[in-house]
Amino acid sequence: MKIAVASGKGGTGKTTVATNLAYVGSANGRSIAYLDCDVEEPNGSLFLKPEFGAASSAGILVPKVDESKCDLCGACGEICRFSAIAPVGRTVLVFNELCHGCGGCRLVCPTGAIEEVLHEIGVVRIGSVGSIAFVDGLLNVGQAMSPPVIKAVKAAAPAAEITIIDCPPGTSCPVIESLRGCDYLLLVTEPTPFGLNDLKLAAAMAREMRLPFGVVVNRAGLGDRHTDMYCDENDIEILVEIPDDRKIAEVYSRGQIVSEAIADYRRVFETLLAKIEFIAS
Amino acid sequence: MKELVVISGKGGTGKTSLVASFAVLSSTAVLADCDVDAADLHLVLAPNVVETCEFSGGLRASIAPDLCTACGKCRQLCRFDAVCDDAGGPRIDPIACEGCGVCARFCDAGAIKMTPAVNGQWFVSETRCGPMVHARLGIAESNSGKLVSVVRDEARRIAEDRGCDLVIIDGSPGIGCPVIASIGGADLVLVVAEPTVSGVHDLQRVAELIAHFGLRGAVCVNKWDINEEIAARIQIRAEELGLIFAGRIRYDRTVTEAQIAGLSVVEYSANGVAAETRSLWRNVGALLNTAGTTRNNTK
Repeated sequence: MKIAVASGKGGTGKTTVATNLAYVGSANGRSIAYLDCDVEEPNGSLFLKPEFGAASSAGILVPKVDESKCDLCGACGEICRFSAIAPVGRTVLVFNELCHGCGGCRLVCPTGAIEEVLHEIGVVRIGSVGSIAFVDGLLNVGQAMSPPVIKAVKAAAPAAEITIIDCPPGTSCPVIESLRGCDYLLLVTEPTPFGLNDLKLAAAMAREMRLPFGVVVNRAGLGDRHTDMYCDENDIEILVEIPDDRKIAEVYSRGQIVSEAIADYRRVFETLLAKIEFIAS
Repeated sequence: MKELVVISGKGGTGKTSLVASFAVLSSTAVLADCDVDAADLHLVLAPNVVETCEFSGGLRASIAPDLCTACGKCRQLCRFDAVCDDAGGPRIDPIACEGCGVCARFCDAGAIKMTPAVNGQWFVSETRCGPMVHARLGIAESNSGKLVSVVRDEARRIAEDRGCDLVIIDGSPGIGCPVIASIGGADLVLVVAEPTVSGVHDLQRVAELIAHFGLRGAVCVNKWDINEEIAARIQIRAEELGLIFAGRIRYDRTVTEAQIAGLSVVEYSANGVAAETRSLWRNVGALLNTAGTTRNNTK
């Protein structure tokens, strides 16, 4: 079963929920695969502290022009919608950062002057801790497009009883790429106006993708009742509430797993995992 | 005219609450909400929308079923797995389609058409703190970087038209395309960091991004008293990373109360967290002024 943890708004507690689910699942003897798909700012490893083995390059295929074969006809520049390749003067310029890797230029080149080579935009690391197999990705700083690195993280995932996918914030392409193929989506929110606004966007995204989903209200008691009311009116199930407890924030700040550091909270995440497994099966 | 961008790397560190306070304190700025896929600044500034525009960041493929011979070539060529099979034949998954046009170019039956995709909307508004440009990226849409550029350009244009001396940009989390689009060429990038192991890790990557683009960066620590030791470490680390330390703000539920009241912290309260926000704003203002001097000197 593949459970994705997402949120719309950043900083609502995705990584806290995802790492704690992995921790309680593993402590109860399940095989877990943890995929950190927030490749712009991956934090899962700071909490689960896996030992990393191999790291591999992730990237996209970009064109490389053999100038001895190129007759400067311009077909490559015409098909490219991303202005990533253009004949200029007596040469062809390629802008790797703009290329989406569609391969169109190679296909249209009449002289076969274009081959495709891998352009690294990030790395994927594979590791483990106890019965948790851990994979994360790191987008290289300065690179704009994270989806190919996310795709590589997911491709490197080992099989497990429970796969937990820690998603990036937002509702656009990096999140969509992370959610693809998951069985259940957990939306983590906080009961504040910002949290609710972004929960509505995330719920709309889940419906657009036809994914079954439920909500975790983090820092419950912090704000107002509008989040509960919204979920109630829209038939969205709140699976658990995590109270607004300064102790949790302090434990988190030190890189500790809440379920491990504060025994009372272990049950909250065990309940959450049990509910998801019941709903998704 | 100067541009201040507020970003964070890690999400949820308090960017938008801070920008709302800055908007009130500056009084002559144009505001731009560049967190286009989870925009929240409007919840505090309550903008009156005066202009709405559609945003199209690219093209999208569609297959005409009556012309399609189901030869399978488009599926074979598509690098984005955007061609899926329905009962009625092949269909383009609009969420997966990148708009590259390879399928249309090579369809022997001429059954695939590329049309502009509507990816979202952007708005020009008036608020109690001045003009604001904001946007809404469509659900599950792409091209957020392009939409950020549109919002930023429009905010700059309004500032020039009205003789405003500052544009304040609320950025998005992360270090990817919307962030890169929001910081390029800015006079000052203010990073809002939190004193947690994640906060330190994410600050490092954001600092590298600022250096990568040769920009001037500053950092403030929000909720510093959640972990005083890490807060102190961030202050030292910031200078090693080439960022100017601009101030710190304590953890205080007043921030959430203000948000619920639809007000910025400095409108809602006068002491504690509000006083620290004012002091941070004075420091940021001073940094913006020297940014101008440096630039003039180099010219």
